[in-house]
Amino acid sequence: NANKIKRTPDAKKSISLPVSRVRLIMKSSPDVSSINQDALFLTTKATELFVQHLALSSFNNGSGKDSNTLEYSDLAKTTEENETFHFLTDILPKKILARDYLKTLEQMQEEEEEADL
Amino acid sequence: MAERPEDLNLPNAVITRIIKEALPDGVNVSKEARRAISQAASVFVLYATSCANNFAMKAKRKTLNAGDVLAAMEEMEFERFMEPLREALEVYKKDQKGKKEVSEQKRKDKEKKVDSENDKSREDDEADEEEQQQCMEEEPEEEVEN
Repeated sequence: NANKIKRTPDAKKSISLPVSRVRLIMKSSPDVSSINQDALFLTTKATELFVQHLALSSFNNGSGKDSNTLEYSDLAKTTEENETFHFLTDILPKKILARDYLKTLEQMQEEEEEADL
Repeated sequence: MAERPEDLNLPNAVITRIIKEALPDGVNVSKEARRAISQAASVFVLYATSCANNFAMKAKRKTLNAGDVLAAMEEMEFERFMEPLREALEVYKKDQKGKKEVSEQKRKDKEKKVDSENDKSREDDEADEEEQQQCMEEEPEEEVEN
């Protein structure tokens, strides 16, 4: 039948993230008026690629490789060491123990006092 | 319209699936890591959108298009994404076009069916006439096979 048109079945979708949710996030950005369909598709796809990239980079770079688990610390480490992830610094900060932080604060105060003398 | 914070998050189940598919088989992901990656993904969308929007505004356009998004990827130093994105876009566009053609074809087929049903009765009469003529001509010829 020459009139049959070959069509990719819907089951073989190339994206899993919901486009509607991505659109919602995009629209929350100031100054954005409208987004064309192709741009929405690309942003959704790019986000998926990003998730894969962040997960794999963190796993390969981190100590999780030994424990066979991807941990938060792996993400924080990769964010600090990889420039392309620097935009994530505020949301993936390295965690330190409270007592270490307090110690650092004390040291800073001492240095200030010495400088004043 | 105020969005609740959850609305700007991506669904955990899908994020988890994408992470697992990217990592080697059998690797676990801590709950904290999963949540962090999901938040990072939302921030990525915002950053990419803002970046793409700059390109659109530079070109004095109010609508973000595919080119803006690709330019944003390059700007953000995610060049590695550009080729897979371009390929995925091609497939997506073909699919969209295919869907349009399928629904148009369905409509055409429907119209054709109605037409051909009207023609069929006329064609049958003509065919009968032809057949009768042919039989009369063929009789003198006999099969000669050795």
